[in-house]
Amino acid sequence: MKASKTIKNASRFSREITLGIGLLIILATLAVVAPGFYQAQPLLSLLTREAPSLIVACGMAWVIICRQIDISVGSQFGLCSVCAGLLAGMHWPIALVGICAMALGALLGWVNGFLVAGLRLPSIVVTLATMVTLREGLRWKRQGEFVTLPDTVQWFGFSQQQGQVTIIVVSLLVLIILAVTARHLSLARDIYAVGSDAEAARLAGIPALRITCFVFVLLGALTGLAAILNMAQAPQVDPKTGTGLELKAIAAVVVGGVSISGGRGSLWGVFLGLLLLACISPALTHLHVEAYWERAIHGGIILIAVAGDRFKQGKENS
Amino acid sequence: MPSTLLQLSGITKCFGEVRALRGVSFDLQAGEVHALLGENGAGKSTLIKIITGAHLPDGGSITLNGNLLGPLNPAFARTLGIACIYQQPALFKDLTVAENIGLRLEARGAFKKVDWVGQRKQAETLLQLIGADIHPDEEVKELSMPEQQMVEIACALGAKARIIIMDEPTASLTRKEQELLFKVVRKLRTDGMGIIYISHRLEEIFALSDRVTVLRDGESVGTVRAGAVGEKGLIQRMVGRELAASSIQKNFTPGAIVLELRNLTCKENGTKNVSLEVRAGEVVGMAGMVGAGRTELAQILFGLATPGGGTILVNGKPTEIKSPSDAVKCGIAYVPEDRRRHGVMLEMAIQSNISMASHGRLFPGGWLHEGRENEEALRSIRELGIKTSGPLALANTLSGGNQQKVALGRWLATKPRVLILDEPTQGVDVGAKLEIHKIIRELAASGMAILMISSDLPEVIAVSDRIAVMRLGELVAMLPADATQQEIMAAALGQSVL
Ligand SMILES: Nc1ncnc2c1ncn2[C@@H]1O[C@H](COP(=O)(O)OP(=O)(O)OP(=O)(O)O)[C@@H](O)[C@H]1O
Ligand SMILES: [Mg+2]
Repeated sequence: MKASKTIKNASRFSREITLGIGLLIILATLAVVAPGFYQAQPLLSLLTREAPSLIVACGMAWVIICRQIDISVGSQFGLCSVCAGLLAGMHWPIALVGICAMALGALLGWVNGFLVAGLRLPSIVVTLATMVTLREGLRWKRQGEFVTLPDTVQWFGFSQQQGQVTIIVVSLLVLIILAVTARHLSLARDIYAVGSDAEAARLAGIPALRITCFVFVLLGALTGLAAILNMAQAPQVDPKTGTGLELKAIAAVVVGGVSISGGRGSLWGVFLGLLLLACISPALTHLHVEAYWERAIHGGIILIAVAGDRFKQGKENS
Repeated sequence: MPSTLLQLSGITKCFGEVRALRGVSFDLQAGEVHALLGENGAGKSTLIKIITGAHLPDGGSITLNGNLLGPLNPAFARTLGIACIYQQPALFKDLTVAENIGLRLEARGAFKKVDWVGQRKQAETLLQLIGADIHPDEEVKELSMPEQQMVEIACALGAKARIIIMDEPTASLTRKEQELLFKVVRKLRTDGMGIIYISHRLEEIFALSDRVTVLRDGESVGTVRAGAVGEKGLIQRMVGRELAASSIQKNFTPGAIVLELRNLTCKENGTKNVSLEVRAGEVVGMAGMVGAGRTELAQILFGLATPGGGTILVNGKPTEIKSPSDAVKCGIAYVPEDRRRHGVMLEMAIQSNISMASHGRLFPGGWLHEGRENEEALRSIRELGIKTSGPLALANTLSGGNQQKVALGRWLATKPRVLILDEPTQGVDVGAKLEIHKIIRELAASGMAILMISSDLPEVIAVSDRIAVMRLGELVAMLPADATQQEIMAAALGQSVL
């Protein structure tokens, strides 16, 4: 009885387990072939760089679990970064800047959510439109000009190492909070329900439209937070920042085992997926493989992940 | 001497730990209707899926026309002349009948020219063959459910099927539509086809079938002639014991009016001027032909349609119900008719499905409480007799009838003040049906106001305290509990009662 339960659990977390094993293999290979990878400072920098993406990916996971998609996060990220940079330049306290960035992100998310849920437009089209609009608007307004930040902003005024640790800890906290609520909040259950069958969920009295709108708002707010964590890593803000972030987040979510057709997946998987993808580039450098291969390998991993989903589903159906 | 079309012997099939079939043998003759009967989860659909190649058996052999078959798959089974008509016809709604038939039968090839004329002629011949009065140029979405099933049958004939399988084809049909289907089935039988027919309605099985194979817990309890054993005999074989005579206690003591409708009207869905009151402790049965507007009325009450006029009063207070979540907040629960599509979340656990509409009550503060959820699910499983390995199993591992019970369990768990049931016993087996009737009465006795839509007249009469009859969106009669079937039918058809 106990053994069978263990097996069941193992099959429920099969994606997480596979990813964990994959990650371990890469790390072990690196330990043998390129021990240089394991230096504290570069590792810390790697994790710090990925921290904002982790937060965005967590939000994206909820959107995809709800059977929607948001490809405007990169542009939202850019806009939040620039606005936060301008506020910080006016010497607002960084906490307040952070709150404003999250509020702005939430507002942008709400616009997406309103268009998708309120007007019943397909999310891919809506967010494509907002992605282009925001990005072009930003370019027109800034003309490519960087925002220079006061000294106190970088690393939140701490030493570099302290700053990096802070950023990593914040992103992990967000992950843990969201992953725990995924298991324990009835709201999270509702999101899964809407993602697996919106009409059935509505008939069960779940406010499906409000929930759809909510996941966009949540993603927007998290994107705002991520923008702050990113801003603290450099002395200035590039208005092009965040370009391609949406693809990175979606890739992590899909590799992490969230079903693109909604209703399935866990945030732990997304975390592992992101780590796996993030490891590829330094691993290639240390193994002296040309960096061109990085994109190809990412693509390969995504394909394998999606094919794995299909295979698993096929097996269940037969 | 009829020839044996299909012979299954010793078929076994396991899903993980669940042994769905344990050595079932079955044979089908040419020119017979062979019914499959059994409780929910007995293995009927699984057996069918093995014949159509949708599932591979773990053991046993399949012989077709005397030839032993290797492993099947759906495409191969189709070429062998095995066709299956599911409850939900799988047709393209925006295409015409002829196009649908053509699509099914046409040899594939992306660049082949479509032979429109031939396609239409073929459709016409096939429809004529089964005596269906359907125009080939009609769009499928305009067709009624049995007409769509006819189109499916025409496709099967066109594909030269010799074996036609029907899994609960009549679950959503009216009596008249059902007659239409039966006529076609009888014609197919005279033409020498073999038909496997699954239904939970015993009267259909008596009317239609030559032989009946009864399944119980994945085993065949034998094949008999329906007439030879009678209803009692069949039920006894199904459940393995004599079913205690049902004694439904109707001890209705009228309470306060819980739900009151005043001149409720909705142009969009055709509801006209309905006034009705339901008291605490009362079961009001809703009879009428399919299309009489009963489901539409329920949809207004559950916030799925907006009324154009009139008032809804819950506990005496005028209430506006704009969405299902409003309705749930007012204590109104609605178990929809089409539970297979709109009832359960197939990819979620049974217990999540059951707690889905009761989050507010079970998890105050929004924090999930697994223990409480589990308890609730176990109670539903026990009370409704849901056949499953446990509350954590996914809903898609359940048989059709057991999924229905999960949907019912979900709404019972909300402890509503007003419970609206739309065809509550559709697709559930005889034993469970009686159980559900008893539960409905118990819920009423505990003070709930219940509105029960049902096309099963004996059920309406057995369970209700009053019987509301609807016709063309209007409430045409309110009959007492002891009304006869004739009286109800007369009202539903718009004839004068006397
Ligand atoms: N994919 C599956 N995974 C696990 N168990 C399954 C699966 N499909 C069916 N079962 C189990 O096999 C048994 C037989 O199911 P089946 O669908 O054949 O029942 P049925 O006789 O058609 O019932 P009903 O009258 O409710 O339609 C049930 O106990 C069911 O839970
Ligand atoms: Mg079935």
